[in-house]
Amino acid sequence: MHELGVTENIVNIALAKAGEAQASKISQINLVIGEMSGFAPDCIQFYFDSLSRDTIAQGAVLHFELVPAQLRCRNCSTIFTPQDTLWSCPECRGQSVEISKGRELYMESMEVE
Amino acid sequence: MKKIEVIKNILEANETIANRNQQLLDKHKVFAINIMSAPGAGKTSLILQTLARLKSRLNAAVIEGDVASTVDAEKVQSEAKAVVQINTRNMPESCSLMAVMIESALNDMPLDNIDLMLIENVGNLICPSEFALGEHKRVVISSLPEGDDKPIKYPLIFIDADAVIINKMDLLPHVDFDIAAFRRSIEGLNPKAEIFQLSCKTSEGIEKWCSWVLEQAKTNAAKR
Repeated sequence: MHELGVTENIVNIALAKAGEAQASKISQINLVIGEMSGFAPDCIQFYFDSLSRDTIAQGAVLHFELVPAQLRCRNCSTIFTPQDTLWSCPECRGQSVEISKGRELYMESMEVE
Repeated sequence: MKKIEVIKNILEANETIANRNQQLLDKHKVFAINIMSAPGAGKTSLILQTLARLKSRLNAAVIEGDVASTVDAEKVQSEAKAVVQINTRNMPESCSLMAVMIESALNDMPLDNIDLMLIENVGNLICPSEFALGEHKRVVISSLPEGDDKPIKYPLIFIDADAVIINKMDLLPHVDFDIAAFRRSIEGLNPKAEIFQLSCKTSEGIEKWCSWVLEQAKTNAAKR
């Protein structure tokens, strides 16, 4: 729903970094997206194809590394992957949890020519 | 072919502007609250109640975010010191306010004469959680007809909230909403969040919420 602005940022960051590296073409952009972040890779790819047209990023492959959600129990510090929507700790059944992984949204690297 | 390391937060552009907004608000000693909820949970009603109670003690302004219309701005006009309506329909994102929209709204406001800025986000439990606006506190409203499972279905927005409001308490006899279960979900996700139970219709519980707003505004002003 809100991927257009995010994809604009991706294109801007990629073009700026490619400019710094004096690259003539961007062939791949490696993105890291947490499973819990509200961003859908398919939508980003869709917008990217149109926003990158006529730039050196046109045709670049977007590679998404999806980071699975990981929770940490505040009672017993167990790190676990949520199995259902209830988010209870498999060790102590506690429901006081924090997200330790899965909210990432960053550009890790690019491949340029 | 060569690989360049980037490691750059994709939301950084929004966050940079949000930080700038907060600096501007701080400079003018304005305390800002970002009010978020699903459509119809009672954001505008809460703002109206808050303005009515606090207008003798604080100069309050409102930023209204909606996909379209000026319906909400018209409702709060007479109670607020200043109102700016943002329509997101023609913006790159229509599902949430973003820092850049707040930046331009702040330019249209007499910030020196304002103590409290209530920002009504677009009705949505997903997108607004990703975009900082420059606010000092985030508030999420859930209302009884929505059901008590919203923190489980949309955890992010509740995890980042400073306060969670359960609105439409007057409907409790008519709906199956388990208050204890809802509170347990919030306490599990976000033990630091204050929880208020109130009804904008009957004004039950509004006093307590407004005391919290006043106290937070004072604490914030003391830091500047």
